[in-house]
Amino acid sequence: MTGLAQFEIVEGDGGSALVLTGPYLVSTIGSIDDDLRGMDGGVATIDLSGVSEIDTVGAWLACTLATEHDAEITGASSRAQRLLDAISGLGGEEKLGAPRLPFWSRVPDAMGEKIFNARSGIIGVISFLGALLISAGSLIRNPRRFRTVALFRQMELVGVSALPIIGLMSFLIGIVIAQQGAVQLAQFGAETLTINLVGRITLRELGVLMTAIMVAGRSGSAFAAEIGTMKLTEEIDAMRTIGISPMEALVIPRILAAVLMMPLLGFYASCMAIIGGAVIGDTMLGIPFWTFLSRIQEVVPTYDLWVGLVKAPVFGLIVALAGCYNGMQVKGNSEEVGKRTTLSVVAAIFAVIVLDAFFAVFFTEIGWA
Amino acid sequence: MAEGSKATHERFRGDYPIVVDGLVNRFGTQTVHEDLDLKVRRGEILGVVGGSGTGKSVLMRSIIGLQPPSGGSIEVFGQSITEAEPDEVLGVRDRWGVLFQGGALFSTLTVGENVEVPLKQFYPDISDELRHEIARYKVMLSGLSEEAVSKYPSELSGGMKKRAGLARALALDPELLFLDEPTAGLDPIGASAFDRLTKELKETLGLTVFLITHDLDTLHEICDRVAVLADKKVIAVDTVPNLMELDHPWIQEYFNGPRGRAALTAQALDELRQHMDRPVAAHAVKALDKTPPGKDKA
Repeated sequence: MTGLAQFEIVEGDGGSALVLTGPYLVSTIGSIDDDLRGMDGGVATIDLSGVSEIDTVGAWLACTLATEHDAEITGASSRAQRLLDAISGLGGEEKLGAPRLPFWSRVPDAMGEKIFNARSGIIGVISFLGALLISAGSLIRNPRRFRTVALFRQMELVGVSALPIIGLMSFLIGIVIAQQGAVQLAQFGAETLTINLVGRITLRELGVLMTAIMVAGRSGSAFAAEIGTMKLTEEIDAMRTIGISPMEALVIPRILAAVLMMPLLGFYASCMAIIGGAVIGDTMLGIPFWTFLSRIQEVVPTYDLWVGLVKAPVFGLIVALAGCYNGMQVKGNSEEVGKRTTLSVVAAIFAVIVLDAFFAVFFTEIGWA
Repeated sequence: MAEGSKATHERFRGDYPIVVDGLVNRFGTQTVHEDLDLKVRRGEILGVVGGSGTGKSVLMRSIIGLQPPSGGSIEVFGQSITEAEPDEVLGVRDRWGVLFQGGALFSTLTVGENVEVPLKQFYPDISDELRHEIARYKVMLSGLSEEAVSKYPSELSGGMKKRAGLARALALDPELLFLDEPTAGLDPIGASAFDRLTKELKETLGLTVFLITHDLDTLHEICDRVAVLADKKVIAVDTVPNLMELDHPWIQEYFNGPRGRAALTAQALDELRQHMDRPVAAHAVKALDKTPPGKDKA
């Protein structure tokens, strides 16, 4: 048998000898390793003369056995001897995994770390806002340093290129609201109120909210990933040494683009949702398309539009801030980029929804109900 | 169990573990390699040099099957890489080790766990205990200390990362080792230590080494032959002294430029120092030491 590593114990004059035969390679050793280690009884010599092929793993096993049984290695070919010399004295007890604390100290340790991280996160956000305001202030004093090209580029990325997806999404939402609303309203014989429902809910709430969520997913994450990668490749440091402020060159154009584009996108989304509703009205409720649209003018108060338009830039600011802040916080390795990008989207959507709740209460209180 | 390992444990006995024949690599309209031939001899360290953009890394990626070529054939251990079924390539893959430029260690695993990855992948029947032992001695064989085993790549310096990458490349006791600029970014002491390590490992483990480098010292110190990539081909494969005789502008510029001569002087000094007991040689070393490298008369 040439294909298998084998061993036998031969009793001789100077005590028993362990005779190894066949290939002792990383590919063949798995099947025999346990048997060799579990072997009991003393062995005085280990005979390698029958070994057809050997690599460092085979040599390592022979070496370990020799040490364990205090045996002598004989019959090693010149290659085997070279390998044995190369690996003798290596090895040790060091655990392969990173050291881990025991359970009872690991849990409080992790909790404490989370609390400290939360604290430094809050400080970080506030100082980021501060730095942003300072940069904005100095930009206002030196408007020539403002990066118009970067701003328009970002406006294109945040706004124009988002038009198809946001349009489709809103159109479908309009259809769902109109169709589901009509089913419920039909129970009171009030299908015509579907127009009020679609018009008011999209302009006040859903148009802007869904757009903010989409922008957070599309652009907020892109901000975090772009800036984070630039941070890793030391591009940000290079900018600083040349005297370009990353705040002015990267952060402000992005934030401004999001703030400017959000109202436009939000309004566009509301319009698309109303068109979606009108399509349903036309096909399912017997309300002609143009009648649906002109009724919108009559049933939706103007302040509903303002509610949406006031919220939109604030949401844009939140989304862009979360993206840029998390991007600037990246340090260390590429894993961090992914973590920060996810965090920026989650934080942005969460903050947008919380703020939206506050806005809802606020606008109702001031009489824009 | 052992029967299942497709009889890959026969060491390669042929003369040329790597045979590249008429390789063509194109990216869009840009041709990187055109009709490139190269044979790597068993048991040699073959240095691959060439200006930036001559496709040294692309050549290596083609040979290890990461970059399907546009034309030509590549054989490794007598098996075609270009036409083989994926399963057959797998039979070759456990017989080579690759050290990428930045080490390419898996950042979420410790150094020891990195070395274990190929072992687990190819030989799951090896017991945990033996696998841990193998990982430990491979890391130490690559010149790292025992403590490095449990460290994460982010905790290592550039030179240590390369050594850890080498340990992973050696995990399966390969017959063929690919090194992509192993000494780039290392300090001269670290670089020459890495060179010595490469040579030692080649001799003890009987490796064939395919080494991409820009380091002239590496070429002079450890390479048996050097392949020069230029004009989309391998224009010459020979020993460094023979290459320096060739009348090709790039080769002349490369080996006889100021850095090339400095490396040569350094090597000559090294060799002379080994014969310091001879009075004439000692004299020569003193004389050479006074000459600033690269400024001696042409």
